[in-house]
Amino acid sequence: MKKVLIPFIMVMVLAIIPYAGITFGKLDYLFGVIIPYASVAILLLGFLYKLVDWLRRPVPFRIPTTCGQEKSLDWIKDNPLESPSNPFMAAVRVLSEVLLFRSLFRNTKAELHGGSKLAYGSHKWLWLGGLAFHWSLLIIVIRHARFFFDTLPAPIELIEAFDRFLDVTVPALYITDGIALAAVTFLVVRRIQDEKVRLISLATDYFPLFLIGTIAILGVSMRYVTKVDVMPIKALALGLASFSLDAPSPIGALFYVHLFLVCVLLCYIPFSKLMHMGGIFLSPTRNLPNDSRAKRHVNPWNPDIKFRTYAEYEDDYREKMKKAGIPVEKQ
Amino acid sequence: MSKYALKPDELNKEFEQKKPRILKGEFAGKDWWDLPVEFRDGNWCFPAKPEVLEEIGFPNPRKWAATDADWQLPKDWEKTIREGMKSRLKRFRSFKLFMDTCVRCGACADKCHFFLGTGDPKNMPVLRAELVRSVYRNDFTALAKLLKSFSGSRTLTVEVIKEWHMYFNQCTECRRCSVFCPMGIDTAEITMMVRELLNLIGVNNNWIMAPVANCNRTGNHLGIEPHTFEQNVMSLVDDIEELTGVTVNPTFNRKGAEILFITPSGDLFGDPGVYTMMGYLLLFHHIGLDYTISTYASEGGNFGMFTSNEMMKKLNAKMYHEAKRLGVKWILGGECGHMWRVVHQYMETMNGPADFLKEPVSPITGTKFTNAKSTRMVHIAEFTADLIKHGKLRLDPKRNDHLRTTFHDSCNVARGMGMFEEPRYVLNKVCNVFHEMPENTIREQTFCCGSGSGLNAEEFMDIRMRGGFPRANAVKYVKEKHKVDSLVTICAIDRASLPTLMKYWNPGVSVYGLHELVGNALVMEGEKKRTEDLRENPMAGFGEGDDDE
Repeated sequence: MKKVLIPFIMVMVLAIIPYAGITFGKLDYLFGVIIPYASVAILLLGFLYKLVDWLRRPVPFRIPTTCGQEKSLDWIKDNPLESPSNPFMAAVRVLSEVLLFRSLFRNTKAELHGGSKLAYGSHKWLWLGGLAFHWSLLIIVIRHARFFFDTLPAPIELIEAFDRFLDVTVPALYITDGIALAAVTFLVVRRIQDEKVRLISLATDYFPLFLIGTIAILGVSMRYVTKVDVMPIKALALGLASFSLDAPSPIGALFYVHLFLVCVLLCYIPFSKLMHMGGIFLSPTRNLPNDSRAKRHVNPWNPDIKFRTYAEYEDDYREKMKKAGIPVEKQ
Repeated sequence: MSKYALKPDELNKEFEQKKPRILKGEFAGKDWWDLPVEFRDGNWCFPAKPEVLEEIGFPNPRKWAATDADWQLPKDWEKTIREGMKSRLKRFRSFKLFMDTCVRCGACADKCHFFLGTGDPKNMPVLRAELVRSVYRNDFTALAKLLKSFSGSRTLTVEVIKEWHMYFNQCTECRRCSVFCPMGIDTAEITMMVRELLNLIGVNNNWIMAPVANCNRTGNHLGIEPHTFEQNVMSLVDDIEELTGVTVNPTFNRKGAEILFITPSGDLFGDPGVYTMMGYLLLFHHIGLDYTISTYASEGGNFGMFTSNEMMKKLNAKMYHEAKRLGVKWILGGECGHMWRVVHQYMETMNGPADFLKEPVSPITGTKFTNAKSTRMVHIAEFTADLIKHGKLRLDPKRNDHLRTTFHDSCNVARGMGMFEEPRYVLNKVCNVFHEMPENTIREQTFCCGSGSGLNAEEFMDIRMRGGFPRANAVKYVKEKHKVDSLVTICAIDRASLPTLMKYWNPGVSVYGLHELVGNALVMEGEKKRTEDLRENPMAGFGEGDDDE
């Protein structure tokens, strides 16, 4: 349980820091301006560094995992998505992973039944939970753009309107708030409850879940429970967006905890498994076309290897070959 | 039964006790890095003999065993591993990405045949990879080192090396986990890297290294010298003549042939591989193919792949070298698994460009194999499917009526090449009874035979029979439901390992190569009355007194 408790305590301690800083230290400028700028800088630079660091390493071999029929004879139907024969379809394959979690959709659950029978049941819960988690987070992030614009761009307004079409609370309930909280709960519970996943999980798996969960809870409680005054928040956001560097007007400690934890999350991304959001685009088992017999793939560091040549072979076996009537180069 | 494996009853009892769980043992409150690594009979392969390592110039030749307390690692082994890891992280984006991007979602956990058969948590692909990631995080990422227990990193010790040796030799590089991974992480890639690292300090497997040395010296894994190689093929020619009355005429190292045919040497040696070879010989004779077989490039398989990148390249180089010397137009490759991973995904990158060859065209049908237009090597199933499609073969599928078949997709051909339809097309044209195994066990989800990637050693029997359990279980399903008695494959390792697996789990099921069935069904010009298949088993309805025409 240590690997669950430690990250939980870490998130709580991280939450106390801005609370104390705002309540007792009046550090609004630090938590409202300096740390947000710093963390965005760390995110951008860190993300960029990591991407460049990956990209400068070569892909020596063309190693797509082929999950469908390759393009071969004309009359054999190929599977262009699971065994793409060109870069365009490989890109579609990657996008289907990024947007729809296609591989995870295949997930099954294996069980042993009586008489030593292995059974594989369809098991889409992880796919559903993961998809709900990622998509609702994305929409929530996009929705937050409304703080950074005087007049909201139309696409964002559309997304926002969709998100609150269930007009059941005041202010209107965002569906994604509920989905995100449910999904994050599912992902935590699953990690603890499934004995296999419990065994593979590290503190670094729980930490971002707790962090994101806490951020969401704080956001939700500000909107629906404490009904925080959004005007000074919007003023702060607009100020940040226009690099005005003005001191924020008083907002309340809860908001700063929310903001600070977001900043922690941004800083954490480049140095953790959360970089999977960039890595998934580069995965060589998915983003390469399965065309390595039709088109030569070049390895930039292809080593010079001395192999045993035919001449050396014949020198060793010439007499035996001649006796057996196998043609030789030298008599 | 092997002394290195439990009896099937004992294993069934173990499964019965833990069902429906796959995991074996209780792990509440435990961390994986505290679980002990225990070498016992049946779960490790004998290490390479010193003379084998000396022959190919590999480091640290010595006599040792995995059960020894002291593995006699070289003095500065930690440095070798660290630098080896660093260099591979630099050269392979895949390795670096697969170290960095796993989210430990667990989708891969119950996809591995070794996990399904052993219930050992470290056989979950994610944990297998964590065995390396934990060291990687400690040695290569600054922040993780700082927060050691938080990030799950650990120091490189001899125990870690032992653990790597255990679990990266309980992975057959079959890539099944990578089908399910949302990040596309391929454990085969990680296993290849770790096996390379282990080889740098002399931690190895004789069942891999001896074939590597043989292949380097004689051109094939079995170490068959040219004259014996020729004799082996000619004895099959005699068998064919006896059975069919037809004399086939293979040639060896013949310059000016149109096509060079390369198949795993397993097809020349031992039951049931030789029957597949007889099938090839009959087919080539039937269509009058202008081909030759090389005694120098006499191996389709490539155990270098299970050793190191450089060794894979070194052994593979002979194919193009020989094709160039003989002046053939293109290369035709026999049925094999990892051979085709190498040919399809590595060969031309390593040893190309193949500009001295011509774009492959079937001399019989005129079909251009555009999917192989650069590497210029065609798979025999593609070649035969095209022949059948164009009506160039006289086939009598009734000659396989004594067989009730199912088809085992070989891992590498399935997930490292994407060939599913051609062998099925051929199979359905040469036999009348064919049933698929359940959908979660075939095509891209196919299960390994449990002995691939150089783990087919007798002393490894316990793990092999466990690893092959999911495959055998699927065969059992069609055996019970459709009375299937013939498991058809297109892989030489399958032909070597599946008979043992079937004997263990599904007695009564025999293993066949696809082209053996082609050979059975081919109606040869000038043949005598056929009553027996290539194994000299009676065909159904063709016996004495049966009216077959």
